[in-house]
Amino acid sequence: MKILLFLLEKEFRQILRNKQMIPLLLIAPVIQLVLLPLAANYTIKNISIAVVDNDHSTFSRELISKITASGYFRLTGYTAFYNEALSLVEQNKADLALQIPVNFERNLVRENSAKVFIAINAIEGTKANLGGAYLASIISDFNSDIRINWPAAPAASDPPQVAVISSYWYNPFMDYNLYIVPAILVTLVTAMAALQSAFNIVQEKENGTIEQINVTPIKKHIFILGKLIPFMVLGIILFTLGLFIAWLLYGIVPAGSLLTLYGSLIIYLFAMLGFGLLISTYSSTQQQAMSLAFFFILIFNMMSGMFNSVDSMPQWAQTIVQTFPTSHFIKIMRMVVLKGSGFSDILYEIGAMFVIGLILNTWAVLNYRKTTG
Amino acid sequence: MITLNNIDKTYNKGSVTALKDISFSVKGDELFGLIGPDGAGKTTLFRILTTLMLADKGEASVNGFDVVKDYKQIRNCVGYMPGKFSLYQDLTIKENLNFFAAIFGTTLEENYDLIKDIYQQIEPFKDRRAGQLSGGMKQKLGLCCALIHRPKVLFLDEPTTGVDVVSRREFWEMLKKLKRQGITILVSTAYMDEAKLCDRIALIQKGQILSIDTPANIIDSFPEKLYGIKSAKFSGVFKLLQDTRSYPGIASCFAFGDSLHATFNDSSDKRLINYLHTKGNSDVTMETITPGVEDCFIHLLKE
Repeated sequence: MKILLFLLEKEFRQILRNKQMIPLLLIAPVIQLVLLPLAANYTIKNISIAVVDNDHSTFSRELISKITASGYFRLTGYTAFYNEALSLVEQNKADLALQIPVNFERNLVRENSAKVFIAINAIEGTKANLGGAYLASIISDFNSDIRINWPAAPAASDPPQVAVISSYWYNPFMDYNLYIVPAILVTLVTAMAALQSAFNIVQEKENGTIEQINVTPIKKHIFILGKLIPFMVLGIILFTLGLFIAWLLYGIVPAGSLLTLYGSLIIYLFAMLGFGLLISTYSSTQQQAMSLAFFFILIFNMMSGMFNSVDSMPQWAQTIVQTFPTSHFIKIMRMVVLKGSGFSDILYEIGAMFVIGLILNTWAVLNYRKTTG
Repeated sequence: MITLNNIDKTYNKGSVTALKDISFSVKGDELFGLIGPDGAGKTTLFRILTTLMLADKGEASVNGFDVVKDYKQIRNCVGYMPGKFSLYQDLTIKENLNFFAAIFGTTLEENYDLIKDIYQQIEPFKDRRAGQLSGGMKQKLGLCCALIHRPKVLFLDEPTTGVDVVSRREFWEMLKKLKRQGITILVSTAYMDEAKLCDRIALIQKGQILSIDTPANIIDSFPEKLYGIKSAKFSGVFKLLQDTRSYPGIASCFAFGDSLHATFNDSSDKRLINYLHTKGNSDVTMETITPGVEDCFIHLLKE
């Protein structure tokens, strides 16, 4: 026990002397939490639209002004020829082309239906998807508007309609930050815990200091504990800092208890530190550790439901994702921060993280040897 | 007290032989030198004896403990200084010493008398980080850390490589003092001039021991008469070497600094000097010299 204290004293001394560590710990989370939510925001604005108006009627002008007034679209072209609009799309000056055909108004009044044509540039998938959807909803809005203002149309002849009104629970305004910031905080803690713990041990290998330690009577598990505890502490500090920034910048206050949150964090760190340790036992240089850890961390972060729902992945992929501790912790974070879930609601996730952590750590300890060759 | 019996070690699944059938023993208060070029297997031998590596075959014991079965006891009673500086570069001299003392469950004060002579030389820099020390000071710190728990056996793997001449001499003085304290010392070096400072030496090459004896006996066992050949023209050593080797009566000839060490097939031949003069070397002199360890080493390699 006394030896563990000496080890910890040494580790903290070294960590505090590392010129990169403190800025990385203090400044990186601030920058990431300011920048990344912007990058991950799915609300699309400033979609450029080119309109081909072949009708030049009151209705066509009304439709155009409704589109531009929505705030999502920017009118970048107004022509009479479809080819011209398409060339704007080709030049990247327009994301969408909307064609209003000749006799749009007449058909609408006489035959009670009219068609418009939308051409979408699908190179930027998200923008195309959402742009098309926004435009479709504006047109359908326009459709019901004119029916209301249309005295000639007999109300009785309308087919009955089902109106759907959604209410968003736990995030009533569908604030994207509320959804993404807790997940970004998880990725931050992931990178810190896994990379730094792996690097630290590999550094001892590279400098040959592990050789000197290995000839001492120090116990294997004490040495490993001496490596894991400092990064557990750093992970908790980083997480706390991140929560504080989330409150300061986005006003996000966890709805659930902090005890639940920190309890899960410690189990998550236990798993990720075990992962870092495992990486270090398979690497003999920091570069090897870097390549190996980076590969896995990228997959952990991208696949764990930070952007896309894990439930929409194919079944086999979902099974793989179940083995990523990150996916469980992102889920816990969202449940506790947004919904205020308690321990009993997240028992499965906590259990899964604990089992994964136990496996990783056991594997790492078995693979770490004081003798080589 | 170190004994080795028929130690074999190979790397890469047997394709590279590092040690082959090594057996020798080191007595209680002996300063024993392993002399050999790079890649001879010295470090492998150290790693097996310090329980960092397992031998493929054979037995070894340190201070009466078996290196496989009793590795825990060995780790308590040996000091090891690897060839590469392997202390914490971002900790100061004092912190390194205190740390290594702590993990052996002792303190700097408790064993101060043992390392006093060495520590005093680096004490003025005790708050300097180990990474910023000069080569000689690093070696002294390494020795302090290896001694901090008062080991019975000390393993020093090329402790003087890359250290200046003055520091090297000081270092060997320290080893002699430590030996007088009853510590068994196994030291390896690639410098032949350090060999004669050991009580006994083992000449090792390609994982095999060529000879084990006291330096004096090894030199005495040199079977032939050795001659030193010198030319007044300093720059002509290479030409002198080639010309001497082309002389029919020469058995072996090697350059040592600005002179040559040569042996003859039968007996010495004064006509060599004339031969060299006609070849264009000026003022050639030849005299009998006593061989050094290096001459013996080269001789053994030839056999």
